[in-house]
Amino acid sequence: MADAAIEFKNVTKRFGSVVANDHVSMTVNKGEILSLLGENGSGKTSLMNMLSGIYFPDEGEIFINGKPVTIRDPKDAYALKIGMVHQHFKLVDVFTAAENLIVGIDPGKKLNRKEIADEIKEICDKYGFVVEPGKKVYDMSVSEKQTLEIVKMLYRGADILILDEPTAVLTPQESEHLFSVIKNMKKDGKTVIIITHKLHEVLSVSDRVAILRKGRYIETIKTSEADEEKLTELMVGRHMELNIERPEVKNKELRLSVKNLNCVNSEGQQVLFDINFDLYGGEILGIAGISGNGQKELLEAIAGLQKTLAGASVIYYDPEADKKDEDGKSAGMEMIGLSPRMIREKGIHLSFVPEDRLGMGLVGSMGMTENMMIRDYSTASKSLLFTDKKKPRELAEEIKESLGVVTPDISTPVSRLSGGNVQKVLVGREIAAAPAVLMTAYAVRGLDINTSYTIYDLLNEQKKKGVAIIYVGEDLDVILALCDRILVLCDGHVNGILKGTEARKEEVGLLMTALKDKRREETAE
Amino acid sequence: MMQNFVTLIRAAVFFGTVIMFGCVGETVTEKAGNLNLGVPGIMYLGGIASLSSVFIYEGSTENPNKAVCVLLALVSAFVASSLGGLIYAFLTITLRANQNVTGLTLTIFGSGVANFFGGSLNTLAGRFEQIAVPVTSAAFRTTLPFSDSLGIVGELFFSYGFMVYLAIVFAVMTHLFMNHTRRGLNLRTVGENPAAADAAGINVNLNKYLAICLGAGICGFGGVYYVMDYIKGTWANDGSIETLGWLAVALVIFTTWKSKHAIWGAYLFGILYWLYLYIPGLTRSSQEIFKMLPYVVTVVVLIVTSLRNSRDKQPPAALGLPYFREER
Repeated sequence: MADAAIEFKNVTKRFGSVVANDHVSMTVNKGEILSLLGENGSGKTSLMNMLSGIYFPDEGEIFINGKPVTIRDPKDAYALKIGMVHQHFKLVDVFTAAENLIVGIDPGKKLNRKEIADEIKEICDKYGFVVEPGKKVYDMSVSEKQTLEIVKMLYRGADILILDEPTAVLTPQESEHLFSVIKNMKKDGKTVIIITHKLHEVLSVSDRVAILRKGRYIETIKTSEADEEKLTELMVGRHMELNIERPEVKNKELRLSVKNLNCVNSEGQQVLFDINFDLYGGEILGIAGISGNGQKELLEAIAGLQKTLAGASVIYYDPEADKKDEDGKSAGMEMIGLSPRMIREKGIHLSFVPEDRLGMGLVGSMGMTENMMIRDYSTASKSLLFTDKKKPRELAEEIKESLGVVTPDISTPVSRLSGGNVQKVLVGREIAAAPAVLMTAYAVRGLDINTSYTIYDLLNEQKKKGVAIIYVGEDLDVILALCDRILVLCDGHVNGILKGTEARKEEVGLLMTALKDKRREETAE
Repeated sequence: MMQNFVTLIRAAVFFGTVIMFGCVGETVTEKAGNLNLGVPGIMYLGGIASLSSVFIYEGSTENPNKAVCVLLALVSAFVASSLGGLIYAFLTITLRANQNVTGLTLTIFGSGVANFFGGSLNTLAGRFEQIAVPVTSAAFRTTLPFSDSLGIVGELFFSYGFMVYLAIVFAVMTHLFMNHTRRGLNLRTVGENPAAADAAGINVNLNKYLAICLGAGICGFGGVYYVMDYIKGTWANDGSIETLGWLAVALVIFTTWKSKHAIWGAYLFGILYWLYLYIPGLTRSSQEIFKMLPYVVTVVVLIVTSLRNSRDKQPPAALGLPYFREER
C-alpha cells in the first residue's frame, strides 16, 4: 500500500448540537488526487477546515505523513505544508498578486517586489499557470483569483493542496485548464484533495473518491471502478421511507406561470437559464438541487428581489378574481418588474420564507410582536401617526400558542430564540398572511425532527386550503415524501421535473449532479 | 502683502502640525480596520499628561533640564494616549463593542479628564495665574539657530520647533512602513480582509492592538504640540483641541488613507482654516463660512473618489467591522 499523506482517526466535530463530522476515519495517499464527494452539509468542508487550521476537532486524531499532529491555526497548517484554497477566496482586493502572495510570511524580510515576481514566474512556468505579479486583485476575473490562490499555496511550499469546490465559479474551459494544472502538480509529487459534488469532474480528474454522507465517512473507491450511478447511490444513500403525509388535492388551478426566466448575479455570471414551469394551487412543488445552483435567485426573482433579464415573465393568477375565462382561469398579472411592496399592493398574496431567517425574514433585535408588524405596518393602522400594536400582539400570541414557540415572552428579541423557534415565528407569520403562493427555502434547516414534522404538517394544511407551495429543500428523502412534483435545478437549468410519487432518489440525485449532456454542450459554447 | 502671506503660512504650519500627528496616528489605526473616533479625546489625554508631568517636574527643581523636560513631556503623553488607545482596543477587539460608540465615548472621557486636571492645575498655579511651564515650552519652541539669518526662506521653512519636523518624519515613516515593508503589508491585510490575514497566519488581534496603541500614541503627540507650542505651555478649557481632533479625522479621509498626503493636506487645512483672517471685508457671520472650508473640501474629496469609483482610494475594506473566526 502507498504511504499515507493524511490519516484521520475517529475525527468528530460538533457545532452546538449539530454534528458536522461523526467519527470520520479515512486515509489520503501521497501523490494522489482524491475527490471528496458529498451532498451539502455532508461535512466535506468542515473536515478539511480541520486540516487547514480553521476548526479544531472535538475528538479524534490527525496524522500527517505518519506522525500525529495538532493543527491549532493556519500557521500550523503551513508548517505541515498543507494549503487550502477556500471557496470564498482569501485575497485582499487592493493588493497586487505579488503582495497577496507574500502576506504573512517572513515579516522581518525586505519587501523586494522584483524578486517575488521572479519567484512567481518560476512556479507558473513549472505548472502552467498564468499570473501577472503586478495586477491588482480587483482587476482579476474569478478564474485568475483562483489561480492566484493556488499559486499562493505553492509559494508557501504546500505539498498537500486542498481545493474547496474549485470549479463552482469557473467556465467549462477554465475547469479543463484547472484539471490539467492539477495533473501537473500530481506529477510533481503533490497530494491534491478536491472537494466537489460534480460527478463528471470526479471521474475525469481523480484517482480515488472518498464519500461522505451526513457527516459520516462512507467509503473510498477507485475512480476506475466507479461510474455516475454508483457514486450517486453512495452519495445520497438508499431511499428511506419517511412518515410524511402527502394528501391529494383535486381541482388544481394554475396559480403561477414562470416563463423564460434568466438571471445574472452581482458578479455578472448568469445563474438562471431559461426557467419555465407552472405552479398549481393545492400542490407542493419541490425544488431539489445542490445549494448554489440557482434556488435563491429563482425564489428572489419571483418575490421581486432579484433583477431578471429581458423577456422573463411570471404570471400570477388570482384565485379570488371575479373574471374567469372559459377555462376557469382568472386574468393573469405580470409580476416581473414589481417590487415586493408593489406586489403586495396589487393584491398578490405571496408569502416568502427566505433561507436567511434573521437576515431577510425577521429582525433579530425585535420581539415577536414587532416582527409580526413588518409585513403590513404601513397599511394596518388607521392612525396617521401611531401604529396599531394590538392585532400583531394577538397574532404573536396565537402563533406562540398554536405552533408551540418556546419563548419567555412575545417581546423577547427573536435572535435569542433557538433556530427552530425562529423558523416557527417566520413560517407562522407568512402563513397568517393567508397566502395564495407560499415559497419556502430550506424551511427545516437546522431543526430537530419534531419541529420539522410540525412544519411539514403546516405546509400540508396550506396545501389542502388550495395554496400553491414551492418547497426548496436539501433532504431528498423529505422532498420525495412531501412534494407532488419535483423540479431539479442543476447549474441554473431546469434539469427535469418529476412526479413525486414516481421519482426515485437515484434519479433525482443524478439530475442534481449531472446536467443533461445536450445542455452542457450549449453552455460550453 | 508678503508679510501677510508669511504669517498665514506660519499659522497654517502650527495648525497643520497638530492635525498631522492626529491624522498619521489615526491612519495607522484605521489601516488595521478600526475606526477610532476618540482622536480628540486622545489628544486631550496626551496634552494634559505632558503638561501635568512637566509642571510637577518644573515646580520641584531649581533648574529644570531642557532635555529632561522634553523627554518627560513626550514619554508621558505617549504613555497616556496609548493607554487611551488600549481601552479602546480592549473594548472593540476583545469585547467587540461597537467602534463608533466606543470612540465617541473615549472623546468625551478624554476631554473630561483633561479639562478636570487642566482646571485643577490652573487652580494650583494660583488664583489669578494661568498655569505655565516656561522652560519646557521654550524648549519645544526653540528654532534652528540659522533660521533668523535666512530672511523669508528661514521664516517660512525653519522658524518652527522640532515637532513640526517630527510630524513630517512620522508621516513619511508611516508611508514607508505601510507600502514598503512586509509588516506593513500584513497590517493592511488585517484592515482589508481579516479573514485572509487569519488564513495567512497573521495574528489579527495582536496587529490590531499594536496599531491602535501606537496610533493613539502618535495622536497624543498632537496634543503635546498643541499644549507646548501652539498655546505656549498653558492650558485652555475652550475645547479647541476637540475641533483640531475632528479635523484630524477629516484629514484621514481627505488624504484617502495615505499618510504621505497628510504632509501637504494638513497645511492646506491650516491655510483654509485661517484664511478668513486675511480676506478683507468679512463680517463675523461670513467668517464662519470660511471656517467651514476644511470640512467642505473633505466632503468634496469623498464625493469625487466615490464618483470615480477608484478602488485604491477607498477606506480599508473591513474598517469598522469586528472580526471573529467563523463558527457556525
